[in-house]
Amino acid sequence: MEFEVSLRKKINDFTLDIKWQLDNVMAVLFGLSGAGKSMTLQLIAGLMKPDNGQIMLNKTVYFDSLTGINLPPQKRHLGYVFQTLALFPHMTVLQNIVYGAPNLQKKEKMNIANEMMDKFKLNGLKDRYPDQISGGQKQRVAFARALIRQPQALMLDEPFSALDRPLRLEMRRFLIDVRDKFNIPILFVTHDFEEAASISEKIIVYEHGKIAQIGSPIDVKNNPANQYVSELLS
Amino acid sequence: MESSILFSMCLSLQVASISTILIIITGIPIAYLLAQRDFKGRELLDMLFTLPLVLPPTVTGYYLIIIFGRHGFIGRIIYQHTGWSIMFTWYAAVLASYVVALPLMIKTARAAIESVDKNLINASYTLGHSNFSTALRVIFPLAKRGIIAGTVLSFARAMGEFGATLMLAGNLPGRTDTMPIAIYSLARGGQWSEAHYMVILLTVMSGCLLYIANRYTKRIF
Repeated sequence: MEFEVSLRKKINDFTLDIKWQLDNVMAVLFGLSGAGKSMTLQLIAGLMKPDNGQIMLNKTVYFDSLTGINLPPQKRHLGYVFQTLALFPHMTVLQNIVYGAPNLQKKEKMNIANEMMDKFKLNGLKDRYPDQISGGQKQRVAFARALIRQPQALMLDEPFSALDRPLRLEMRRFLIDVRDKFNIPILFVTHDFEEAASISEKIIVYEHGKIAQIGSPIDVKNNPANQYVSELLS
Repeated sequence: MESSILFSMCLSLQVASISTILIIITGIPIAYLLAQRDFKGRELLDMLFTLPLVLPPTVTGYYLIIIFGRHGFIGRIIYQHTGWSIMFTWYAAVLASYVVALPLMIKTARAAIESVDKNLINASYTLGHSNFSTALRVIFPLAKRGIIAGTVLSFARAMGEFGATLMLAGNLPGRTDTMPIAIYSLARGGQWSEAHYMVILLTVMSGCLLYIANRYTKRIF
């Protein structure tokens, strides 16, 4: 599995200009707020259109400004967990999860949804609405919904930022478990280096819309590429 | 109840119901397009649909005559092919009510659709759902209070429509005299007791509809 991203996008005074390549790893996009991390995820997911560049996952071209290819978000096989989780408030837990598999037959959909409920320890909650479950349970519903149609990669936009510390630690363990079970590349956005180091195999450091450094957490910590990265970690 | 009053009441309900159904069928997709799609001339289109809300109903009626009258540019084609004209029929009352009440649905439903969390819409797209499926299963259910409020307001406006209806459908007793038109005729003819009765009936009905619409709009905005 290989993720190749080379993008340029200008919005007002901000320009995102990045290029990176990943294998099947858990990678973190790390940097300050406004550095372009979440924007990168939106561009990859097809929720925004790059000015130019290329996005490829497993040799499938999602976007290529030269050939004019631009797959809509529906055709990019990506799981996306939003910062707000974006659970549909008018649907139950089960309906939220089932919604993630629009192309399956009803029976097959229900079987897989029940499997996901088991896998994500959500049994007994299927008829509850999002406002009737805890923060940790909401996280697990969002993951189950994003993964039910077996995406080729999972993208997470600071999903744990609103959680208290014990729950955040639990969710990090949960995320590592998800990675083991599904074996797909995971892109995780955070501005917390401790979080980045504890879960990732690779860190991509963002600096005002550009890539400052790419490396393992230990590499980045021990050999920061420049003054900016060094200050970011201190 | 006198038969003419009963006729006017039934006609008003019939006209308002049919125009409201047409408003639901067309107004919700228009509100969706204006709220969700970015295209050239979007605000111009919004202005055109909203104009009947601020124009005097007689002006709206005038435009409708120009378009749908026997010599109008659409009305003429219909008349040439069928020998039929919408003018001075109860269908004209439906058309007038539709055009005058449509902006209330578009304005209310557009505001409700625009207030749906963009992340929920994006989440639906990333989960593989088309624009149509997302509108049907995420946007409209979450905007339903605004859509219901728009429906009730449109119905109330259609019930009370007078000026454009008079221009287009005329005042033909037993054929096109909806409640507001019948009240006008009764007052002109000095039949005050019947006029009182209808005025109170229309006021109570409109008041109830406004109360329902307010209950829904308060929860959206």
